[in-house]
Amino acid sequence: MVPRFWRKIKYRYDVVGSYCEKCGSYYYPKRELCPRCRRKGRLRDEKFPDEGTILSYTVVNGRIIAMIELNNGARTLAEVCAEKAEIGMRVRKAFRRYGEDGDAGIIYYGTKFVPIC
Amino acid sequence: MIGIVSYGTYIPKFRIKVEEIARIWGEDPVAIKSGLGVAEKSVPDIDEDTATMAVEAGREALMRAKIPAEKIGAVFVGSESHPYAVKPTATIVGEALGIGNYYYCADLEFACKAATAGMQICYALVKSGMIEYGMSIGSDTAQSKPGDALEYTAGAGASAIIIGKDPIAEIEATVSYTSDTPDFWRRELQPYPSHGGRFTGAPAYFRHVTSAAKRLMELLGYSEKDFDYAVFHQPNAKFPQRVAGMLGFKEEKIVDGMIVRAIGNTYSAASLLGLCGILDVAKPDQRILLVSFGSGAGSDAFAIRVTDKILDYPRNVRVWDKVKNCVYLDYALYLKHRRMIK
Ligand SMILES: [Zn+2]
Repeated sequence: MVPRFWRKIKYRYDVVGSYCEKCGSYYYPKRELCPRCRRKGRLRDEKFPDEGTILSYTVVNGRIIAMIELNNGARTLAEVCAEKAEIGMRVRKAFRRYGEDGDAGIIYYGTKFVPIC
Repeated sequence: MIGIVSYGTYIPKFRIKVEEIARIWGEDPVAIKSGLGVAEKSVPDIDEDTATMAVEAGREALMRAKIPAEKIGAVFVGSESHPYAVKPTATIVGEALGIGNYYYCADLEFACKAATAGMQICYALVKSGMIEYGMSIGSDTAQSKPGDALEYTAGAGASAIIIGKDPIAEIEATVSYTSDTPDFWRRELQPYPSHGGRFTGAPAYFRHVTSAAKRLMELLGYSEKDFDYAVFHQPNAKFPQRVAGMLGFKEEKIVDGMIVRAIGNTYSAASLLGLCGILDVAKPDQRILLVSFGSGAGSDAFAIRVTDKILDYPRNVRVWDKVKNCVYLDYALYLKHRRMIK
């Protein structure tokens, strides 16, 4: 569990995703292969914009999980820390706890989103 | 000229009022509020802790300074509520800020003054030429035992200060006053701190703060008249108010830094959030006295002179405006936020 998390730190701690130099598509979380260009694609890591807009959302166990379109057009599913969400609501990245491995294990941190007010 | 080149702050949006805590324990809220000078305190969200708040404050400081993250050569995080007993908070912060891997880094502990100690270390590293910029962050989500007097004031917040050359506020000098004084402590594996009751006042807070401040003024040949603002560690609103009076400072010189009145005691972040509240409104050539206090005990005093660079520096959103944006919790939700009930 620890090594798997450690490899993802760079992508979770900040909004770092994949950009395909061939077709100009953005992906977050990052991908190994561009679904459009397949093998012809050229993916590289890129830091994505900090802000975006909620396209849709659902509430799971009291948490708001939203489809967010970042300012570069990349779409991602992420938790929104708010009392309520609305379609079209502007959000920005926030550094939060994802969870922890019991009382003695590692604490997982990563990117969530909060409303811009 | 070396000093503060940027600053950032973070205050969680949740609050609980003194009335709500007093209701649970059957105490008199009016007496408590007038005794402490604090009406409510900040409470972190369920998924926030010292590391997450430190990252948010650090991001704001970096963004405002427009310094590339890789130019930060040192990161120190001062706290008494580091998420791990063993494993640094500062590495989490450095990674999230994208500083890279070549930087000096440590968690610092000296009760509520660890982050001003971090500023002194950064100042020395910059002065010696070992680094170009250094970041010191004070961040705390203070725990207090339910029913203890500290529960009314133990708040949460973070403040990040970047030290470097060509500053918005020059550090003219800094001195420390340190002694072995057991006024407040927490033993290993104990969830909540203990304190020496009335002992925390005269021999601890007041002696250390006034000794450091007087020594600094002697060193520079300054008196209270040379300072436009003063900010002190603020465990409640009464201590800094009284120590200001002892040093000859009137209310108008401390009011902009008294963040404690709105969000309680933010421990390692407290004096620095106050400093940021003052930097938000200060003008070129104005001078600020900053004196922290850490139990155990010690005080770090700084003479800080604001420069012309502050005029081009982006200061929004100001600390006092961040304070206003809040959501109130009842006691049950408060316990849930502090992870005392799951
Ligand atoms: Zn492609």
